[in-house]
Amino acid sequence: MKTSTNEKKALLRKMVEIRLFEEKIGLLFHQQLIPGFVHLSIGQEASTVGSCSVLRPDDYIISTHRGHAHILAKGAEPKYMFAECFGKVTGYCKGKGGSMHIADFSKGILGANGVVGGGFPIMTGAGFSIKLRGTDQVGMVFFGDGASNRGTFHEAVNMAAVFKLPIVFVCENNRYASTSPAEKMVAGGSVANRAHAYGIPGAINDGSNVLAVRDSVAEAVDRARKGYGPSIVENETYRYKGHFEGDRQRYRTPDEIQQYRLTRDPIDRFETLLIDEGIATQKEIDAMKAAVAAEIEDAVKFAMDSPLPDPHEAMQDLFVNP
Amino acid sequence: MAVRELSCSLAMAEALKEEMERDTTVFIIGEDLVSNGGIFGQFRGLPELFPDRIIDTPISETAIVGAGVGAALTGMRPIIDMHFADFVTTAMDEIVNQMAKIRYMFGGQAKLPLVLWAPDGSGLNAAAQHSQCLENWFVHVPGLKVVVPSEPADVKGLLKAAIRDDDPVIFFQHKKLFNQTGPVTEDKYIVPLGKAAVRRVGTDITILTYSRMTYFCKEAARELAQKGIQAEIIDLRTLMPLDFATIAESVKKTRHAVVVHEACTTGGFGGELSARITEELFEYLDGPIVRIGARHVPMPFSPVMEHYVLPQVEDIVAGVRKALRR
Repeated sequence: MKTSTNEKKALLRKMVEIRLFEEKIGLLFHQQLIPGFVHLSIGQEASTVGSCSVLRPDDYIISTHRGHAHILAKGAEPKYMFAECFGKVTGYCKGKGGSMHIADFSKGILGANGVVGGGFPIMTGAGFSIKLRGTDQVGMVFFGDGASNRGTFHEAVNMAAVFKLPIVFVCENNRYASTSPAEKMVAGGSVANRAHAYGIPGAINDGSNVLAVRDSVAEAVDRARKGYGPSIVENETYRYKGHFEGDRQRYRTPDEIQQYRLTRDPIDRFETLLIDEGIATQKEIDAMKAAVAAEIEDAVKFAMDSPLPDPHEAMQDLFVNP
Repeated sequence: MAVRELSCSLAMAEALKEEMERDTTVFIIGEDLVSNGGIFGQFRGLPELFPDRIIDTPISETAIVGAGVGAALTGMRPIIDMHFADFVTTAMDEIVNQMAKIRYMFGGQAKLPLVLWAPDGSGLNAAAQHSQCLENWFVHVPGLKVVVPSEPADVKGLLKAAIRDDDPVIFFQHKKLFNQTGPVTEDKYIVPLGKAAVRRVGTDITILTYSRMTYFCKEAARELAQKGIQAEIIDLRTLMPLDFATIAESVKKTRHAVVVHEACTTGGFGGELSARITEELFEYLDGPIVRIGARHVPMPFSPVMEHYVLPQVEDIVAGVRKALRR
C-alpha cells in the first residue's frame, strides 16, 4: 500500500513512543515503583505499529500479557496506562487490571489478556457480532508463537474460516514462548503454514520492517473488511528483554540479543530509511525523540501524582446489576 | 390472563421466541441447533423464525463460549448452548478467567449480557460424563450469576430475566425436567433474578432446595406431614445472587433447616448455605443443619446404582428427622 511521507513519520514516532514507554516501565519496575509482573516488547515495535497502522478507530484489537505496545498503537494514552501500571485510580481500569489487563473499549481495545491464547475465542465472538450487526469492522488478535500451540488457536481459526469472520490473526513470533524456542515447539515449520490447513491465507513477514508488515497486514485487513474471511500474518520479530522483567534468560546468549539490536532493530532501520529517502533529517528525528521523551515524563508524572484507589472500591464493578 | 399447562421445554422456547422478537441483538450459538432444534429439541421452531440468529457451529466448545464473551462485549446478547452442562470443563478458561473477570478487571468499562444455557442433572442413565450438577463451581467464582429453576413458569420468567440482564448468567436447566409440566400464564412476565419462592408453608423445619430436588422435597413434605412434621420448602431459583432474606425469615420461624441438592454433598452449595445460616442465624437454631445430596462418586451407569447414588425422597425424610432429632 502507498504510505505517505507524513504516515512514515507517524510510524516512526509511534515506534519511538512505544520504545520509550517500555523502557520507562522497565526502569520504574526495577525501582520497585510498579508492583506485580511486567512483560516488555522492546524490539517488536515494527510488528505492532505496522499492524495497527492499517486499522480504523472502530476496529477491534485483543492483546496479550505483552500488550502495552498494541494498546498504545491502537491509540491509548500513555498517562492512563502508566497510572494503571502503578495501580492508581486514574488508570484505564481504576487500578483493577494492572500491566497485563489494560483495555480501552472506547477505542476498540477489547483488552490485553493475561491468559496465553485467551484472546482467540473472544475475537471470534467479535467477528460474529460484526457480521450480525452488518458493519464492516475488522478484528485483529495479537498472539505469540507460544499461543499458536493452544487449542484455542485452532478452534478459533477453524471457526473464523468456516464463517468467513472478519478477523486478522497477527502472530508476533519473537522466537521464544517464555523460555522455549519456537523451532522446538511449533510443528509444521511456521505458524503461518498452519493457515493452509484451514484454507486461509498465511503470510510471513520481516517483523522488524514496519513497511513490510504494514503492506502485508493491509492486505489481510482489506480481505477481512470485504467479507472474504480471516488470515494469519506472522511477523518474525525478537524481544530484547526477558519473558518478564527479572527473567534470567538462561535460554539464550547476550550475543544473540546484541546481534538483533545491531542488525535488525526496527527503529534504527526505519530511521535510516527515512534519512536515506530524504523524508527526515537526523536533527528532526532527534527533536521528535526528545519531544516524545518529554511526553512520557509528563505521563509518568500524571501517574505518580494520581491517588491510589480507596480500598473499598475493590467491591465495585463486579456486576452491572448486583 | 389465560393459564396453560406447559413443559419446561416449551416454556423455554416461548421465552426465547419472545426475547428474540423483542431484541434483535439476541442470538443463539451452539451445536446442532438448526438441524435438530437442539439435542433435546428445545430450540425447535426457532431456526425457521430467526434463521440468521441461530448459529450452528463446529464442535468447538472453547470457541463457542469465548465467542459468546466476545459478542457480548461488542453489542450483542448471546445465548450460548452448552449442549450438556458437563462440557463446561472444555471452556473453563472462557467462563472463569474471561467471562467472569472481564468487566471487573477492566474497571467496569464493559458489560457482558450473555446467558450460558447448560442442561444438567442425572436420572437419564447417562453415566459419569453426562449427568453432573456443577452449579457450585460457578457460585464460587465472583462475576457469574447462577440460575437453577424447577418449574416451567420459572424457566420462562427467569430465562427472560437472564437474557435481559447485563451480566453473565449460567442457566442450569435439569434434563429430567424438560417434560415436567406446570401452569404458565400467557402474559409476557419476568421472574427477577435473586428471588426465592416459598413452595410450601410449614412451621417445623425449612427445606432449602432448587432444580429437580424441589419436586422430591414436595413429596418428602407430604410424607412428613403424615408424621406430624410441617416442612416449609424454599425453592431458591437463583444461587447467585442469593435471596438470603427469604431464607432467614423462614429459619427464624422454623428454627431448623436442611439443604437438599442433587450435586454431591461434599463441596456442594449446601455447605455454603449451612455455614452462612450458622454464622448469621445461630441464635435462632434449635438443631444442626443437615445436608442431603449425592454420594461422593461419579455417576454410575447402571440404573440401580444411579438410584443409589442420588438423593431420594426417603433420604430427605430421614435428613429432616435427623435435623429435628425425632
